[in-house]
Amino acid sequence: MMVVELRKLFRRPRTWVTIGLLCLLPAIVAVFLATTRIAPAPGEGAAFLSAVLESGSLYPAAALALVLPIFLPVAVAVVAGDTVAGESGAGTLRYLLVRPVSRTKLLLAKLVSIVAFVVATVAAVAGTSYVVGVTLFGAGDPVAVVNAIPQISGPGGGGSSSGGSGGGSASTPSAGGSASAADPAAPAPAAPGAPTAGAGADNGAPALDPTQARERAADSVASLSGDPLSPMDLALRLLGAMAYITVSMLGVGAIALFLSTVTASSLGATLGALAALISSQVLVTLDAAASVTPYLPTRYWLAWIDFFRDPIFLRDIRSGLFVQAAYVVILMLAAWANFTTKDVAQ
Amino acid sequence: MTDLGQRSDGERRDGAPRGSTAGTGVRTPSEPVPVQRARPLPGPPVDTPLVIETRGLTKRYGTRAAVDDVDLHVARGDRYGFLGPNGSGKTTMVRMLLGLVFATRGEIRVLGHEVPREVHQVLPRIGAMVEGPAAYGHLSGRTNLDLLDASGPGPRAGRRRRVGEAMERVGLGGVDRRPVRTYSLGMRQRLGLAGALLSKPDLLILDEPTNGLDPHGIREIRELLVELNTEGTTVFLSSHLLAEIEALCTRVGVVDRGRLVLEEPLDAVRRPTGRVVVRTPDADRAAAALGSALVDRTPDGALIVTPADGTGAAGLARHLVGAGVRLDALEPETVSLEDVVVRITGPGSDRT
Repeated sequence: MMVVELRKLFRRPRTWVTIGLLCLLPAIVAVFLATTRIAPAPGEGAAFLSAVLESGSLYPAAALALVLPIFLPVAVAVVAGDTVAGESGAGTLRYLLVRPVSRTKLLLAKLVSIVAFVVATVAAVAGTSYVVGVTLFGAGDPVAVVNAIPQISGPGGGGSSSGGSGGGSASTPSAGGSASAADPAAPAPAAPGAPTAGAGADNGAPALDPTQARERAADSVASLSGDPLSPMDLALRLLGAMAYITVSMLGVGAIALFLSTVTASSLGATLGALAALISSQVLVTLDAAASVTPYLPTRYWLAWIDFFRDPIFLRDIRSGLFVQAAYVVILMLAAWANFTTKDVAQ
Repeated sequence: MTDLGQRSDGERRDGAPRGSTAGTGVRTPSEPVPVQRARPLPGPPVDTPLVIETRGLTKRYGTRAAVDDVDLHVARGDRYGFLGPNGSGKTTMVRMLLGLVFATRGEIRVLGHEVPREVHQVLPRIGAMVEGPAAYGHLSGRTNLDLLDASGPGPRAGRRRRVGEAMERVGLGGVDRRPVRTYSLGMRQRLGLAGALLSKPDLLILDEPTNGLDPHGIREIRELLVELNTEGTTVFLSSHLLAEIEALCTRVGVVDRGRLVLEEPLDAVRRPTGRVVVRTPDADRAAAALGSALVDRTPDGALIVTPADGTGAAGLARHLVGAGVRLDALEPETVSLEDVVVRITGPGSDRT
C-alpha cells in the first residue's frame, strides 16, 4: 500500500510542479543577489542570505530559510490536505476501501507519502540551490565559510531562543564556550565576523537575555575560529538541518491529514491547516501567549539554524522534535479514530 | 462450488470458543455447531444458501431513514435486481453491504461473514461498483487498474495478466495509454466494471452499472453479466431502470423510500393476470358482444376482457368471431414489472 501511495504521489504532475516552484524561488533570489551583489544586512532578511555572497555552498541553508516560513508549509498542507479528502471527492476512496485496503493502513500509507513528499521537496530545494549557489557565488574557501557562519547567529538566536530562560538549559553552548575559550587566540581570527555577529544577536533577539546572547555569539565565533568547518562538517550540518526541517513539516502534515479525514473538501483541509499555522505564528510572537508558546507547532521551526552553531545547540532542536512528534501522534490518533468510524458516502 | 457461506460460518463459530473457553470446557472446538437463525426468513429460497442477507437493516441520517428495516435475501447464483426510484436508499444499501457506510441498526451477512466486522474477509471475493466509476484522471486506464490491483491483497505475480484480462472482458482491450480524463462516460463505466472484475469475484455488487452506456454498450454489459453469472458469479445490481432489471435479473427487490416493498422471483412478478387483451378494428361491436365481460378499454383501442370461466382466450375468440367481430390479436394480459413498481412505490424523492 505504501508503494501504491508513493506511486500515486510521484506520478502526479502536481507534485512535480510544486517541487519545481519551491526550487524556483531560491533560484530567483540567487539571480538577483548575484547580479546586484546587494546582500541583506546581517540579521535582516532570511537567515544565511547575508552570508551566501561569500560562499555559494551555504546557499542551500539560505534557500531552506527562504521556503520554510510560507512556501514549504503551504505545499505540505496542499498535499496532506488532499490525501484523504481528495480521494473521497474523486470517488476513488470507496474503490480503495472495497479492494479492500484497511482504513488504518491507508492512513499510515498517506502519512508515509506526506513524509516522502517533504523529504523529496527539501532535498530538491537543497540540491538545486547548492548547484545554483556554487554556480553563481562560487564554492567559497573554507575560511569564508567559517567567517560567514557566525553572522547568522543573530536571526538564529532570535528565532530559536526567544523563550529561553533557564541557565541550566543554556549549559550546552556554555560548556562548548568554556572549552574553546581556553584558546587565547580565539577572538582575533574571528574579527571579520565578530562585530556583526554581536550586533545581529542583539538586534534579532530582543527577548533574549543580552548576556546570554552575547555569550552564545561569542561562543560560536570562538569555537569556529579555533576549529574551521570542513566541507564535510558543513554537509553534515546541512543534512541535520534538512532532517529537522522535514520533521518540522510533519506537524503541518498531520494537521492537514486529520482535517482531510474530517471534510470531503481537500481545499477545506488545506486552508484549515494553514489557518492553524498562521494562528500559531501569531501566538508565538505574542508575549501574552507565552504560557502556550512552547506547545505551538511553529514555535521551534527556526531551531534548525542551531545546527550551524558550534557546538550544535541542541536544546531547541530537541524541543522541536518532541513537539512535532506529539502533534503527529495525537493528530494521527484523532484521524484514525475519525476515519475508521466514518461513513464513506461521497 | 462448495457452500462457502455455511463453511465460513462454521469456521467463525469454531474459532471463538477455541480462544475464549479453553479452560471452561463448555464446548469442544470440534463439536458441530448448529447454524441458527434468529427468526424464520420470509420469501427466500430455502435450499439455496444466501450470499447476501440483511435483517432489520436501518440507516438513519438525522431523523430521516435512508434505509428502513430492510430484510434482503440474495441467493447464490441469483441475478438480483435491486430496483427503486432515485433517492430511495439503493446506494446507501450498497454502501452498507460493502462496509463503507455503517448501519444504524440491523445485521448484514455477506458470503457468510458479518459486515462490517469481518468485511475484510469478504471484500476480496466481491467486485463492486458504487455510484459511478472513479479513477485517477491523469493516469491511463491500465495504470489505474494496476494501482487498484496493487492496493488489494492479491499477489504481484500475474498482475499484468489480470489487468489485461479485465480490460479485455469489458471491451477496453484495445485502448491506448491516454489518460482516463479523456475517456467518455461509457469508457469510464467499462473501466469501473473492469476494476470490479479484477479479482474474479464470487459476488458482483453493481450500482447503476449501465449509466452513460449506449444501447450497444448496455447489451454488451448485460451479456457479460449473464456470462459471468453462468460461470457462478452472483450478481447484485441496483438500478432505477426497469427495463434493465427486467432484461437481466432473475429476482427482483423493490425498494421505496428506504423500505423493501417487494422481493420475488421476476417470473412471479410478471405472472399472467387471467385477463385477455383483445385487439380488433370492430371495437364497438365487440364491446356490445362482450357485455359485462369487458373490463376496460385502453387508450390505443384494445379491450381488456375477463373471459368466462373455463373458456379462456380460445373460447373468447370463438364467441367474438361468432358475433361477427374481426380479430387482429388476442393475448393473455401479464403484469409488467413497471405496473407492479408503479403500483407499490411512490414517486421518487427527487420530486417535491
